[in-house]
Parts: sequence; C-alpha cells; structure tokens
Amino acid sequence: MPLTLSIVTAQRTVLERGDVTKLVVPTSEGQITLLPSHAALMTALGGGEMIASHSGGTESFAIHGGFLQIVDDEVSVLADAAEHVLQIDLERAEAARARAEARLTGRDSNIPPGGLDVLRAQSSLQRAMIRITIVRRRRPTGVPSMRP
Amino acid sequence: MAGGGSVRAIRDRIKSVRSTAKVTRAMELVAASKMRRAQDRALASRPYAERMTAVLSQLAAYTGAGDGQALHPLLEQRAVQRVAYVHVTADRGLAGGLNANMNRAGASLVLRHQPNVTSITVIPVGRKGRDFFMRSGMPVAAEFTELGDFPDFEKVRPIAKIVMDDFLSGAVDQVFIGYQRFVNAAVQRPTTRQILPIVPPEGEDGASKGADFIFEPSPERLLETLLPRYVEMQVYAAVLEARASEQSARMVAMRQATDAANEMVGALTLAYNKARQESITGELLDIVGGVAALEAK
Repeated sequence: MPLTLSIVTAQRTVLERGDVTKLVVPTSEGQITLLPSHAALMTALGGGEMIASHSGGTESFAIHGGFLQIVDDEVSVLADAAEHVLQIDLERAEAARARAEARLTGRDSNIPPGGLDVLRAQSSLQRAMIRITIVRRRRPTGVPSMRP
Repeated sequence: MAGGGSVRAIRDRIKSVRSTAKVTRAMELVAASKMRRAQDRALASRPYAERMTAVLSQLAAYTGAGDGQALHPLLEQRAVQRVAYVHVTADRGLAGGLNANMNRAGASLVLRHQPNVTSITVIPVGRKGRDFFMRSGMPVAAEFTELGDFPDFEKVRPIAKIVMDDFLSGAVDQVFIGYQRFVNAAVQRPTTRQILPIVPPEGEDGASKGADFIFEPSPERLLETLLPRYVEMQVYAAVLEARASEQSARMVAMRQATDAANEMVGALTLAYNKARQESITGELLDIVGGVAALEAK
C-alpha cells in the first residue's frame, strides 16, 4: 500500500496525493527515507529538499522547518514554508541571499532601527540557499519559474 | 411660480441620492470580491490547523501534557493574576454592527475578568478596537493596525510573539483572543477563547492514540517547536476569520444602503412628479384667472 502524503503550510496545501512509494525527508536530525509500512513517527523537520516518488515520477520540494508525522502510511508534513521546485522564484532567492549576506557581513549600511536581527538574517540566508541549491540541482536550465 | 423652488430642490436631492447609491453599490461589489478572497484564505489555512491540532493532541496524550504536569512553559497553569486580551477588529467601519458588536463582546470579557484579577491589558489588532479601548481608558499594552485586507502568516507572528513572551516572562498568566467568527456571508459571531496557557486539544478518535510513536529528537523537543507554532496558528486563524467577516459584513451593509437609497429615489420621484404637477396646475390657474379678468373688462 503506497503512502498518502499531504504537505501543508499555514497558508495553503502544497501537495496532496495517495500514491507515494518513497519519501526522502530532511529532518532536524538528518535525512531519512520513508517507505510504506514505516513505524509511527513524529519528527521535527529541518531545512532542505524533500523528494516524493510516485507513479508520475519524482517531485522535489524545498522545505523550511516544521513537523512530520507518519502513522498507518499516512504522512502529514506541517511545514513552516514549502514550495515545489517549479514554484521557486530563483531571482527572488538570489536577491534574498545577496541582501542577507550584505547584512551579515556589515556591507549593508541600511540597518533597520533596533539593530540587526542576526537570527532573522541567518534564517533568511539559509532559506535562500536551500532554494537556490534545489533549483540548480533539479531544474533544467532555461525553465522559467511557475507562479504558485 | 408656486412650488417651482421645491421642484428644483427635490430634483437636486434625487441626483445626490442617486450618486450615493452608485458609491455604495461600488463598495458592495468591492467587498464581495474581497470577501471571496478572504474566505478562500481562511479555508486554505484549515488543513494546516486541523492536522496540527491532531498532531498536538496525540503528542499531548502520549506525553501526558496537560494532566497537571507542565512539560513545557507554554502549558503551565498558574494562579491567574494578570490577564491579556487580544482584541481583533477591522481597521475601517461601514460594516454594519460588526465592530460595535465585537467591541461589546470584548468589553464584556474585560469586565467579567476585572474583579478577579490584579490587572488586565488589551492588545488591540485593528483600529476600530484600538479606538474603542483607548476612549474607554483601558490600558493598551501594544497595538497592531494596518495589517491589510489579506495579511500573511509573517504579519501576524509578532502578535503571537508578544503574548508568548509576556506569558513566559510571567508578565501575564492567561491570554484570550476575541474575533468575529465567520459563520457565513450573512452571519458573523463574536467569539472569545483562551490561547494561553495552551490547553492541549482532546483527540477526536482514539484510533491512532494507541500507536507507539517514535519521537525525533524527543517528545519534549517536539513540544518546544510545536507549541509556539500552535499559538501563532490560532492567532493567524482568528485574524483570517475576522477579515472574512469584515468583508461580508461590509458587503451586506452596503447592499442595504444601496437598497435604501434606491427606495428613497422612488419616493422622491413620486414627490417630484407631484410637485411638478402642482406647479403646472398653479400656472394654469394663473393664466385662466388672467384671461377671465381680461374678458370681464
């Protein structure tokens, strides 16, 4: 029996399908692979790539933190943010990376009032890097972004 | 010229009421389209909310959280000395009784708790609620206005952060949130509920409760990441509901205004025709009178 997978965020449902045969997940403790009949598990997610294999091939997603629960072959991914590889806006990610790097290295003189939010800049840098890496790895060059 | 002035006055009035009707009709259409979008957003956030509630109830059942022992500071039940109340309203009016009803519900929550606690502070989200509590002299701890018609998750997170920080530091012992719940396009219901300390939801089915979960990294660490998200999600859901309610209340209010204006145009047109008739009759009488006077010579 294949896995039923739902990837949801607070804003929307990113994916819902019932024929997933294999799921590679970036957890906070490292990458794991879920196959049908997996033991019931709850885990915190890290940032990285999630790969779902199903009858239509494989699909790749950028995942940025959250939780995963699998019980009775039903997988719920509660992501803080998630997007399909084709939905990633590469230009925006590059711009976010440049901005975050400029902030963190002190090259950006435009520091917001109240000082630099280092944690926030770091996490935005991390998210941008995840997006860029996944697009470079998975998307054939020249394919434009598909808006969500 | 008997009645000539009143004929013109009525005609001007009809013109002005007609243009009012045009404005309210346009506002009705705008609100209708915004309502659809706000409603879609509220619905789109539900799967996340439902799954998170299910996960939390299982985690709570497993760890025994909420059975008196506080596994996480956000679950800690303390003697209630200080209360905070997050009051969600619209920034703008022209939405019928929506904001007034919410303010009344908020005020009654505050008055209900006031005698039993040492302090109660209000955190208004939305200008209408802020103005109301400022006017009544309530201590306003922080305020959030201009979140926009379609705020995203990032925009409401600071609200959740403030109440969680205050709760964790011991500045408040209990936190409520109040908002207009969207029942349907015609019905919105003022709703208040406790968001802190978190009361873990009861599981609906005992089916998966018995499942022997593996927890990575550990149940405590999972609670640590799940619970703040749960609070954020509840605040976000409340704001989305409030926005959907606002647009639908405005749509209904504007439709009623348009109908009232059109009705008034009808009544005024009747009065206008009558006044015009009278002034013509008056002029005719003058002429007939003049002719009669000439003939009598």
